[in-house]
Amino acid sequence: MEFETVIGLEVHTQLMTQSKIFCGCSTTFGAPPNSHTCPVCLGMPGVLPVLNREVVSCAIKLGLATHCTINRSSRWARKNYFYPDLPKAYQISQYEAPICEHGYVEAELESGEVKRIRLTRIHMEEDAGKNIHGEGDDDHSYVDLNRAGVPLLEIVSEPDLRSAEEATAYLKRLRSIVRYLGISDGNMEEGSFRCDANVSIRPRGSATFGTRAEVKNLNSFRHVGHAIDYEVRRQARLLAQGQAVVQETRLWNPTEAKTFSMRSKEEAHDYRYFPDPDLLPLVVDEGWIERIRATLPELPAEKEQRFVRDYGLPAQDTGVLVASQALADYFEQVAGGVKEAKTAANWVLGDLLGVLNKLGTSVEESPVDAAALAALIRLIEEGTISGKIAKSVFEKMVATHQPAAEIVAAEGLVQVADPEQLRPILQQIFADNPTQLADYRAGKTKLMGFFVGQAMRVTGGKANPALVNDLLREMLGPVEE
Amino acid sequence: MAADSDLARLTLHEAGALLAANTVTSTALTEACLARIAAVEGSVHAFAHLTVEVARAQARARDQTRPDPLPPLWGLPIALKDNICTRGLPTTCGSRLLANFRPVYDSFVARRLEEAGAVILGKTNMDEFAMGSSCENSALGPTHNPHDLTRVPGGSSGGSAAATAADECLAALGSDTGGSIRQPACFCGVVGLKPTYGRVSRNGLVAFASSLDQIGPITKDARDAALLLAVIAGHDADDSTSAREPVPDYVAGLDVGVAGLRIGLPKEYLSGGLDPEVEQAVGFAIATYERLGATTVEVSLPHTEHAVATYYLVATAEASSNLGRFDGIRYGVRHEGHDLLDLYQRTREAGFGAEVKRRIMLGTFALSAGYYAAYYGKAMAVRTLIRNDFTAAFERCDVLLTPTAPTPPFCLGEKLDDPLTMYLSDIFTIAVSLAGLPAVAFPCGATKQRLPLGAQLIGRPFDEGRLLAMVHAFEAASGQGRMAPAL
Amino acid sequence: MDLAEVKRIGALARLALGAEETVAMGDQLTRILDYVAQLAAVDTTGVEPTTHPVTLGDAFRDDVVRPSLDPAAALANAPATDGASFIVPRIL
Repeated sequence: MEFETVIGLEVHTQLMTQSKIFCGCSTTFGAPPNSHTCPVCLGMPGVLPVLNREVVSCAIKLGLATHCTINRSSRWARKNYFYPDLPKAYQISQYEAPICEHGYVEAELESGEVKRIRLTRIHMEEDAGKNIHGEGDDDHSYVDLNRAGVPLLEIVSEPDLRSAEEATAYLKRLRSIVRYLGISDGNMEEGSFRCDANVSIRPRGSATFGTRAEVKNLNSFRHVGHAIDYEVRRQARLLAQGQAVVQETRLWNPTEAKTFSMRSKEEAHDYRYFPDPDLLPLVVDEGWIERIRATLPELPAEKEQRFVRDYGLPAQDTGVLVASQALADYFEQVAGGVKEAKTAANWVLGDLLGVLNKLGTSVEESPVDAAALAALIRLIEEGTISGKIAKSVFEKMVATHQPAAEIVAAEGLVQVADPEQLRPILQQIFADNPTQLADYRAGKTKLMGFFVGQAMRVTGGKANPALVNDLLREMLGPVEE
Repeated sequence: MAADSDLARLTLHEAGALLAANTVTSTALTEACLARIAAVEGSVHAFAHLTVEVARAQARARDQTRPDPLPPLWGLPIALKDNICTRGLPTTCGSRLLANFRPVYDSFVARRLEEAGAVILGKTNMDEFAMGSSCENSALGPTHNPHDLTRVPGGSSGGSAAATAADECLAALGSDTGGSIRQPACFCGVVGLKPTYGRVSRNGLVAFASSLDQIGPITKDARDAALLLAVIAGHDADDSTSAREPVPDYVAGLDVGVAGLRIGLPKEYLSGGLDPEVEQAVGFAIATYERLGATTVEVSLPHTEHAVATYYLVATAEASSNLGRFDGIRYGVRHEGHDLLDLYQRTREAGFGAEVKRRIMLGTFALSAGYYAAYYGKAMAVRTLIRNDFTAAFERCDVLLTPTAPTPPFCLGEKLDDPLTMYLSDIFTIAVSLAGLPAVAFPCGATKQRLPLGAQLIGRPFDEGRLLAMVHAFEAASGQGRMAPAL
Repeated sequence: MDLAEVKRIGALARLALGAEETVAMGDQLTRILDYVAQLAAVDTTGVEPTTHPVTLGDAFRDDVVRPSLDPAAALANAPATDGASFIVPRIL
């Protein structure tokens, strides 16, 4: 039987507010244990939460950027369960009435197809602290509540995803959006952008969903892809053996490249959600939404369309260019300083990203800034250096941070574009290669390439190739038929 | 200057006047209360913790500096219910679980009292986590009614009411979730005001039921209640449910009188089954108000009969969640276990008393999967109907007058084995809490055995000033002085 | 409420009731639930639930960092710490 994969993702993204969601403690990462805590985030008796306005603004931003309905009134709920990293024994979250609902994200697949993934909801909630487990014989765990109360947005997608590739493309686009909005750093490895995947399979064409497993501990895009692929194979194997898939939570183990059941002896969770009496219903007026709408940056999808329209770029280039705002901005600066935007795109996507990858750095930290790259490309466009020379100039720019023109001048790389300078060189080449010259004249016109190559070799690559071609044709004269 | 032994009998405003006139010191007032405590505390047991040295130091400090003008409670010794957080002082909520807990922060009201210059004598006994109507559910043992030591002082703020009635302090703060200020005030013959929900910050009040809890004054007369409420009322940015409504001058408003007021008498509260002595006392209060020029009108609160059922679902559901934090990890008395689950269960099983466990169980059930809609959801909807009853009644009258408790103070142990009967003793106070309205309990008579009896006035939201003025008018007109316990 | 239900709710609430306590609790809760069952007869069709008794305005804080507690104060009431973190039995 042929199966279809059905995936829905729940993403938790940590917001980059200064202070926690319900108290004034700092959200800064990496402080000594429990040094960013107060009676509120420690869940001390008698203390009360007061909502950080900025968290709501962040939620509205993301809601607008993902085409959601922003609910004018939403509610806070308590999700009750016991765990040492959850000081109040309940998490303040939103349940029945989240702030954003019914949106979508569009992501481009390898094939070029644009997939629309519907969002069920986006809601605000507080993060839990961290339990650090003792090593070796130490039979204790250590509770650090610095993270308790750091604001999160949970983004829940509809089960619209059909493959690991789609899931990854969606996640990447969603991460781009939160980064464009400046609401989260979107760092998966550090846990500020976390993903749980609900995975199920069903016979192709079936209208009902299969039983799903919730896969956790996916802290890189690669893990998301691998875990989904593994889980699909596991479920297909079960069904093929006539067994049922159990609805459960499973943990991805990247070392073994498998998912494992998290089932414990404890009773099934019953979170006893109910409206939090300590927090009033959240009312968001039209003015607030409109003020935020007015400040929204151009988002990846809009930017892509504009790049195709204004720069005439092919769709396969724009996806990578807009993945981060910084890269898109870099590209636009380069494109603004040169004649051909397509040349700028080629340089950014090829040479620049290659170097950044090799150096393991980001475009913000690029050793060659956009103005310098544009200056280099202009040297090609003006005929000062050849494209080939430009590659080596670029490498030197990376190493020395010198401007292209300086390198070109210092190393005498200026292109030879004067026919009177080239003619004697070509004459000499003919003299040195009489056999090839005779063969050419006898009709082996493919030897044109040989002479061009010789010209480039002799001039150290500095000869203007177009000019060499023209001169050769002129000097070699018409070929005998 | 009054004899030292009499100073403890003073009201806040009487003592404040003496202090202002420099005829008495804060130290003298404090020592008078401490002497009274030494004399009667052994039989009353109103306090959970005495903070004698803190009180003496505060009194000395108040005597050394006298700001001008003198803050309203400067040098006046008062007591706080033991669920109101006080930095560095025990705050145990009458629970074994919090036996060693000393908050590292002050409640909003404790800060306000400090700013007003009050002296803190100690923390008063209470039903554990404010769950009870008799002050018998305390890990520290019961408090006794100063008017009859075989009887309960009411609850859950029984310690605050008993301490005030027994002149162990000049006044006290209590908290009220379903009647926990008003019923003990009634049983002890003192004035107890539950403010409008949101009038006084809950910040630092250990939560029982967050949508119902309010801190309020328990005092010897209406003027003291006005004085104390003025100090603790007002907006607090650290409590999202704190009201921004301006705080009127309650003391200045005490003398507005009652002429022309329309007093609503809810027929459901005054018909059938009422203790005859309670009925008589309430009748006396009504007659006094009529004599002073108020009129009465019968009103109906038809959903009152469902108030107790509604309350015990709403309050326990919230409590089951509020009390989850008592897990023995960050504070409290831990009972070690062989694993985490065992630690949780041992700590909570050993730390909570029977009534608290019962309410956690009931609340957990009311919120659990499959029961939420029928229990908690239903109760929240009936709560709306109960609120609507009051709104409708207030279209026909300015205040409501009812009994505070259906019976005089009952005996210790009398209702302990029968939770439901105990719950029903709050029948007149609970609906008010569900509606979030202000209400004041005040003494208006006594039984033949000299047990206090009282009535309750219920106001529109934020109408505390009118309620206090009415109690003040009754005090002046009734000719009855405060009934002092024979201790 | 039967014993199994009492145990289920007790487990959710992290209360390990003793055998006798479980029986007594079941009886008392059953009586209370019988009493509150009166609410089923109240017509609440179209009635909005009350989650907050008084209508109040919005309450927000600005996104400003306030000083945290000194870690020693944060841990001051804890039964078991290593001076930096709260200690619990090892979580599996």
